[in-house]
Amino acid sequence: MKARPEQFQSRDRTWQPKALTPAYKSTRLRAPGRPPVLFANTLSETTGPVFGHDMIGPQDNDLICNYASSDGAAIGPRIAVHGRVRDENGRVVPGVLIEIWQANSAGRYRHKNDTYLAPLDANFGGAGRTITDKKGCYTFQTVQPGPYPWPNSENAWRPAHIHFSVFGSGFAQRLITQMYFEGDPLIPLCPIVQSLNDPAAVNQLTARLDMDTAISMDRLAYRFDIVLRGTTSTPFENRLEGN
Amino acid sequence: MGTKLRLRESPSQTAGPYVHIGCVPNTCGVGRPFMTDLGAVMLGDKTPGERIAVEGQIFDGAGDVLKDALIEVWQADHAGQYATATAGQPGVFSGWGRQATDLDTGRFRFETIKPGCVQCADGRLQAPHISFWIVARGINLGLNTRMYFSDEAQANAKCPVFLQVEEQFRPTLTAERNGDVYIFDIYLQGAKETVFFDI
Repeated sequence: MKARPEQFQSRDRTWQPKALTPAYKSTRLRAPGRPPVLFANTLSETTGPVFGHDMIGPQDNDLICNYASSDGAAIGPRIAVHGRVRDENGRVVPGVLIEIWQANSAGRYRHKNDTYLAPLDANFGGAGRTITDKKGCYTFQTVQPGPYPWPNSENAWRPAHIHFSVFGSGFAQRLITQMYFEGDPLIPLCPIVQSLNDPAAVNQLTARLDMDTAISMDRLAYRFDIVLRGTTSTPFENRLEGN
Repeated sequence: MGTKLRLRESPSQTAGPYVHIGCVPNTCGVGRPFMTDLGAVMLGDKTPGERIAVEGQIFDGAGDVLKDALIEVWQADHAGQYATATAGQPGVFSGWGRQATDLDTGRFRFETIKPGCVQCADGRLQAPHISFWIVARGINLGLNTRMYFSDEAQANAKCPVFLQVEEQFRPTLTAERNGDVYIFDIYLQGAKETVFFDI
C-alpha cells in the first residue's frame, strides 16, 4: 500500500469561485488583490488532522433531536440528507469529518449575531457532525431550513441551504461549501450561488430529492455527494474502491 | 479498469457569518450537544517543545478587523514530524487547532508549541512554519497562508517554499516575537496584503 499521496492535483481556480465577486458585497473588502502563490505540495499540505469515530456521539448527526428536550423535536419538514464523499479520481473517502450548520425551518440561526425577526426553535440548535463510513457515506437527520433575508442588497434572500465543512486526509483538501435544494426558485437570484462561474458548479451543489431513501409517513430525503481534491497518483496504486 | 474517473471538486461557498454554529458552537451560544469545540486545545501537559502563543487579527481592505472569521492551523511537532494521533482528544498534540476571531475584538490566539523543520521530498528542510486556513463571510474560497518565525532568519533564508515568495512580500508571512507570543496579523487587501498560497 502507498504511504502518503505525493501531491494533490492543483485546484481548478476557474471552476472554484473567484475571490472577488462584487455582486456579493462582502467580497469587495475581503478578496485578496494578488493571485495566490503556487508551490508544490509538501508534507504540510498532504497531511492533515485525523478524526476518530469514537468522538462522535449517537445524536451528533441528528439535528431533529440533538438540541431538543427529551420529549421534544425540531419544528419543520423532516428530512434526511445523505451522500458519499469521493475524491476527483472517484475513490471513496472514508473516515473524514463532516460538520454541518443551518438556520431553523423559519430561517433563523441560533447565533447571537442573527437578529432576523423569525423565531428561534427551542428544540433546534442547528449543528451536526459525523464521520464518513468505510464506503465514504454519511447521513444527517434534520429539518429543512427556511430561506431568509440578508443585507446584501434591497430585498435579498438566501435560498434554503445547509453549510458543509469537510476534511480530507490532507490540509490542502479542506473545504467549506453550501448545499442547496432542488427546485428552489431563489437559487438563480443569489449572488453567493452566482459567485460560481458555471451552471454545472451550481448543479453540483444542488441536492436531489431522493424518494428511494425517503421514509413513508416520516421524512423526505435529499442526496448530496461531495468531491474532494484527488492526488496525482493513478488509481492503480491503491485498491480500486469506486463502486 | 484503466479508465480514469475524473470528478470535479465540489465548488466552495463562503462559510458565512454563522460558521461558529457548526465549527466552534461554544463561542456563539449553541454548545449542546457539542460541549467542547474541536481544536480549541492543541496541547497536553506532556507535549514536548517550546510553549508559544500565536496572536493576531485579520484586516479587510478598509482596515477594519474581521470579527466573524474562522482560522484553522496545521503544524508539525517540535521535531518536525506531523502527528498521526487522532485530533480532538484532550491532552494529545495532533498539530491541528481551530479558533474563531473574537466576536467583539477580532483577536485570535493559538496556544501551541514551536514546530520543527519539516523535510521536503528532496531532503531539503523547510523553515519552521504553521499553515493557516481562513474562512469567513465574504471569502468565497478558503485562504491558505503560512506563518514563519522572525527569529528563524537563517532557516527562512533556506526554506524552499519561503523563497518562492517574492522578497518584498516575505515580511507579510513573518511573525514578530514578543516574549512567548508571536504576533501574526493578516491583511486581506492593500499595501500590507498577506501572501496567500495556492496549495
